[in-house]
Amino acid sequence: MEKAIKKYWPVFLLPTMAAFTIGFIVPFIEGIYLSFCKFTTIRDAKFVGFSNYIEAFKDETFPHAFGFTTLFAIVTLLLVNILAFAIALALTQKIKGTNIFRTIFFMPNLIGGIVLGYIWQLIFDGIFSHFNTALKLDANLGFIGLVILICWQQIGYMMIVYIAGLQAIPESLKEAAMIDGANKRQRLFHVTIPNMMPSITICTFLTITNSFKLFDQNLSLTGGEPLHQTEMLALNIYQTFYGRVGYEGIGQAKAVIFFLAVVIIGMLQLRLTRSKEVQQ
Amino acid sequence: MRKKHFIAFCLATVMAASAFTGCGNKETNGGNDKSSDGKVYYLNFKPEADKAWQELAEVYTKETGVEVTVVTAASNQYETTLKSEMGKKDAPTLFQVNGPVGLASWKDYCYDLKDAAIMDQLTSEDFILKDGDAVQGIGYATESYGIIYNKKLLKEAGYTEDDIKGFDDLKSVCEDITKRSDELGFSAFTSSGMDGSSDWRFKTHLANLPIYYEYQADGIDSTDAIKGTYLDNYRNIWDLYINNSTTDPKQLSTKTGDDAVAEFVTEKAVFYQNGTWAYSDVAEVGDDNLGMLPIYIGADGEENQGLCTGTENYWCVNKNASEADINATLDFINWCVSDDTGVKAMCGSKGAMPSGADGMGFVIPFKKNLESDNLLVNIANNYVKDGKKPVTWNFTTMPSEQWKNDLGSALTTYAADQSDANWDTVKEAFVDGWAKEAAAAASK
Repeated sequence: MEKAIKKYWPVFLLPTMAAFTIGFIVPFIEGIYLSFCKFTTIRDAKFVGFSNYIEAFKDETFPHAFGFTTLFAIVTLLLVNILAFAIALALTQKIKGTNIFRTIFFMPNLIGGIVLGYIWQLIFDGIFSHFNTALKLDANLGFIGLVILICWQQIGYMMIVYIAGLQAIPESLKEAAMIDGANKRQRLFHVTIPNMMPSITICTFLTITNSFKLFDQNLSLTGGEPLHQTEMLALNIYQTFYGRVGYEGIGQAKAVIFFLAVVIIGMLQLRLTRSKEVQQ
Repeated sequence: MRKKHFIAFCLATVMAASAFTGCGNKETNGGNDKSSDGKVYYLNFKPEADKAWQELAEVYTKETGVEVTVVTAASNQYETTLKSEMGKKDAPTLFQVNGPVGLASWKDYCYDLKDAAIMDQLTSEDFILKDGDAVQGIGYATESYGIIYNKKLLKEAGYTEDDIKGFDDLKSVCEDITKRSDELGFSAFTSSGMDGSSDWRFKTHLANLPIYYEYQADGIDSTDAIKGTYLDNYRNIWDLYINNSTTDPKQLSTKTGDDAVAEFVTEKAVFYQNGTWAYSDVAEVGDDNLGMLPIYIGADGEENQGLCTGTENYWCVNKNASEADINATLDFINWCVSDDTGVKAMCGSKGAMPSGADGMGFVIPFKKNLESDNLLVNIANNYVKDGKKPVTWNFTTMPSEQWKNDLGSALTTYAADQSDANWDTVKEAFVDGWAKEAAAAASK
C-alpha cells in the first residue's frame, strides 16, 4: 500500500492542487496585483503604484471599521468560547437527551448568514419597537445585535468541537486526579482544560477569523447603519468597491491590508494557544 | 484488494462523468455555431420589466434568427452585476448607465452611437449622453414621479386636488388629516420607509427637488459643490412626510417599499410618493380614484411646477464586443423602438405583449411612441399640456452612491429624533458630502 502511494501520489494530489491553484492561488495573486491598479473591470487594469494604499488610509471610515471589528472579535471570542465550552461540559454529563440538545444547539449553524441576519433583524426590531427605537438607529444596539447573532450561530459549532475534545480525554486521567484528592474545580482547570488545548486552539482560531471576516450577517442585520457606525471591515471594503466611481482599486488595496491583518492576528493567536498545548 | 476495487470504481465513475460533461459541452457549442453572425446580450436594469424583455427577446429571435440573451440584475445590484459581467469573456453587448455620473465609470466601454440607425428615431436630443461629439448613451424610456394620491380618501377628508396648489396647502391638508386620523380611519402619508427597498424615494428622488431649484436659481445643470440653498424646504417636506404618516417616525428604518404600497392600496393613507412605474402596484385602487400631485416644497414659482420627469435609463453598447455582436445589438435596439411589436411591448401595458402578458409601459423618446394606457403617464402628460413645467431629473448628477447612502442614513437618524443637531448631520451629508464625493470622483 505504501509503495502504491509513493508511486501514485500525483494522482491523489494533483486534482486538489489544480483546484486550489485555479480557485485560490491565481485569484489571490491577481487580487494583489489589482490593488496596485486603477480598474473598472479586471480586464482593463492600469498600473498606478501605491496610490490606492495611500487613499485607503486617508479614508476615515476604514480605521473606524478596524476598531469596531477588533472590539467585536474580542467580545465574540470570549462569549462564544466560554459559552460553547460550558454547554459542551453540560452535554457530556450523563443526563438524558444530550443528543437532542446537541442537535438543537448545532442547528443555527446550518442557516445561511444573510437569512439569519434578516430573521434577527425582524426579531430585534419587533422588540425594539416597544421601546421606540430600532436596530439601525443606534450603533450600540447594532453592536449588541451582531454579538447575539454570532453567538447564537457559532456556539453550536464550537460546542461540537469541544465535545469531541472532551470525549478524547482518557477517563483514567480524571480518575487518577480524583484518587489524588483533586476537587471538581481543580480537575477542570488542571486536568480537563490543559488536555483540551488543541480544541481550544481550533475554536479560538475559528472564532477570531470568523469575526474578522464577518460579512453577510453585518450586511443584512445593520448594513453599517447608522452612518457607517456598525460597518465592519469586510463590509467597508465592499462599500468602497461599489460605492464610488473609480474606487475599485482602493477597495482592493483595503482587502489586501485586511488579509495581512487577519493573517498576523491568526498567527499570533495560534502561537499563543499552541504553546499551552500538552502532550498526553 | 477491496480498497483497490473501490478506488478503481471511483475513478471509473469520475471518468464516465467527465466524459458525459464533455458531450454536453460539445452539443451546446454546436448550437452556438449556427448563429455566427452576432448575438445580443442585454443586461437589463429594471426587474419589473424582466418578463417582458425575455418575451421580446424570444420574439426577436424567432423573427430574425439572432440570439438575444436578457439577464436582469436584482434590484439595487445593477452596478455590482455589471462590473462582474463586463469582466467576463462573453460580456454584455448592451447595458445601461443611469446618467452622467454612471457614465463616468463606463465611458471607456461605450460604442459611439452617432451613426447608429436608432439615432434617426429620436424625437429630441435631450435624452442622449454625450462625451465630446460621441454619443455614448441613449435614454430609451422617460418616467415621471410625484405624489400619488387616492381621490376617494381625499374627498372623504373634505378636500379635492384643487385645494392643493402649493406646499402650504399640502401642509394644512396633511396636518388636518393627521388631526382627524382616528375619526377618518386613515393617515395622510404612507410610511416613508428607509429600508433599502424604499429609501431611494427620499435620498434620491425627493432630494432631487432642492437640487433642481438650486440649479435653476444658479442657472447650472451640474456642480462640484452644492450650496444647499433649498435645504430648509427639504426639511419642511421631510417633516411633513414623516410626521403625518401611518408610522411612528422612529420606526421608519424598518419599513419597506412593500409596506408603503400595502398601506396605499388598503386605503390606510391618502398620499404615496412614487412614479409612473408603480402603476401596476397601485392600480387596484382603481383608475377613477388615482391622481398625482407635484412634490411641492415651498420654493418660489412652484405654482407652475409639474411632475418630475426624466430618465435614468440609458442604453450603451459595449464597444469591446465583436463587430458582429455590435451590429446585431444595434439592429436589436433599433427594432425595439421602430418595429410595431417592439414598440407595443415597450409602450403598452395591459396585454401588450404578443402572448397577452403586460407590456413595459414606458414612454419612449422615439418617433413611434404610442399613446400610453398607463394612467399615471397620462396624468404626467396632462400636467405638461396644462403648461406646467416638468422638474428635470438632476439626481443623475449626484456625485456617488456613497453620497446617497450617507444622506439616507442621516435622514433616518433625523426622523427618529428631529433635533436641529440631527438636521445639521443631514446638511453635512448633503453639502460637505457632495464636495467630498465630487472631489473623490474627480481625482480618479
